[in-house]
Amino acid sequence: MLKVSDLAVEFTVDKKTIRPISGISFEMQKGEVLGVVGETGSGKSLTAHAIMGLTSLVGGKISGQIVFEGKDLLSKSHKDMQSIRGAEISFIPQNPMTSLDPVYRVGDQIVEGLLKHLKITKWAAKKRAIELMEQLRIPNAERVFEQYPHQLSGGLKQRIVIAIGIGTEPKLIIADEPTTALDVTVQAQIIRLFKELTVANNVGLLLITHDLGVIAQICDKIAVMYAGNVVEHGDIKTVFSDPKHPYTRALLDCIPYIGMKKGSLKAIEGNVPTPSNFPKGCRYSSRCPYVIPQCKTEFPETIELACGTKVTCNKFDLNLPRH
Amino acid sequence: MSIDYQKTKKHKSPLKVLLKRLAQNKMGLAGVVVILILIFVAAFAHILEPYSYKLQDISNMSQPPSLTHLLGTDEFGRDLLSRIIRGARISFTVGVVSVAMSVLIGLVVGGLAGYFGGKVDLILTSFADLTWSMPSILIALLLVAIIGPGLESVVLAIGLSYWAQYARLIRGQILSLKTSVYIEATRSLGASDFVILVKHLIPNSISPVIVAATIGVGNAIVLEATLGFLGMGAQPPTPSWGAMMSSGTAYLFISPWVIVFPGIAMMITVLGFNLFGDALVDIMDVKNRESNL
Repeated sequence: MLKVSDLAVEFTVDKKTIRPISGISFEMQKGEVLGVVGETGSGKSLTAHAIMGLTSLVGGKISGQIVFEGKDLLSKSHKDMQSIRGAEISFIPQNPMTSLDPVYRVGDQIVEGLLKHLKITKWAAKKRAIELMEQLRIPNAERVFEQYPHQLSGGLKQRIVIAIGIGTEPKLIIADEPTTALDVTVQAQIIRLFKELTVANNVGLLLITHDLGVIAQICDKIAVMYAGNVVEHGDIKTVFSDPKHPYTRALLDCIPYIGMKKGSLKAIEGNVPTPSNFPKGCRYSSRCPYVIPQCKTEFPETIELACGTKVTCNKFDLNLPRH
Repeated sequence: MSIDYQKTKKHKSPLKVLLKRLAQNKMGLAGVVVILILIFVAAFAHILEPYSYKLQDISNMSQPPSLTHLLGTDEFGRDLLSRIIRGARISFTVGVVSVAMSVLIGLVVGGLAGYFGGKVDLILTSFADLTWSMPSILIALLLVAIIGPGLESVVLAIGLSYWAQYARLIRGQILSLKTSVYIEATRSLGASDFVILVKHLIPNSISPVIVAATIGVGNAIVLEATLGFLGMGAQPPTPSWGAMMSSGTAYLFISPWVIVFPGIAMMITVLGFNLFGDALVDIMDVKNRESNL
């Protein structure tokens, strides 16, 4: 349903060109949940924005290919994208605290999207908005409908934002860290709601998060991002049980578990390189424990392994000398 | 999720909250009272005036304040109180209409410049700065000289010389708001540029403009009086406060009340608008709003 190949976004800052993301490729089927995971600054959100066609507004130049339901999104005009955004692909932004317009009642904000994309009357839209809110287990939906964003708690605001995102019956929902701003108790509820919704309506969900726990709970597939590249992409069970890329392995090792010794919590040393000084070879080479000399000079190829996982690492390139 | 429900407060209409907070602000309340009196006087000027504003009575010219003429008479024996009451209508109309005009121009120019940025911004902002860098009295004088004196040209002149400040204000607001998450969220819902600008950006950036416009009405009234004083405004016998003061200068030592009373009327009016404007700054402050609702 969604196939992204060799996606890159380029910005020109002070006459210097930087490419925060490049060579992004992944695909997902109808009704599937794809988790995109990576550290802060790995380009997860930018990838989501690129799919929505929102990067051109901040001066980004997109290349590559994004095919959604057989349509090439990058060749669509500004106008055509406006009718795809919201109606076919909807976006649930990162922070519910700031993603609602403070001057309108939350109900009217749900109605706004419904009126734009569904051919229904105002009255029907209001009814549908309240139904949606009830479906998302918002107590006293009719009363909340009349309230302003600042009168609601974070959990309620997040549900409103989700209601806006799913209300127009899109085929694909892109959720950018939808639970980061929430309490752990609410997080689980929201994640469960997402799973229910995707299963019930057969919509695709592209879930961006840095929480591997969330990914493990609801995703079918995973794409691990590092410094603007997808380093590993495959089925969730395969990747979790047998991570191929050293970075994925390191990420999984960082999850604390019950019974672990005090002080043994792991971390990956160093930081994600910034787009202006990405290393020439493999971008993970500066932190990778399995680094070989070629990693510093040659950008690794993406290789599809027998288990179906696609991995971008020199370790699996049989043409290179083994270490 | 009964906890969520407990947290949500009783619903109050924003207007009620605004009024409640205004009632707590004494200076602001004084401003409102002055403005309300002005509106009342302007609306019912034809009933309130004790004499006709253009009734000349040569036998009673330049009379000091007395029981028959509470504020005295001018050089044609016209009742000064009646003329000030009529003048209130003119001052108020000119003030409100011209400010409405400059706010409208400012919203369009500032909105487009802030939202689209780039070349559009450069051209529109340079133009606004150009207007801003010239004294508004000069622009107004130029326009009145071109169109010819009269009330309409005064309104036009003030409207066209004050818009730049609103344009700059709204542009700055939109610049900072257009990258905010909820605008991005609206855009990701498929909203068009027009909807984003008119329905989301402008309502969110309007409160400082309302404050500036309130104080702007006071300024516009002064500018109208200035133009009237210079003979560019309302033509006789229309009683503009500025024109009244202008004609009074010739008789300053014979009948000082002709120049003093319109001056006091104008001072109180402008003070009223400024007090109300200052109060609005506090009332509409977003940080306050969040904590007090």
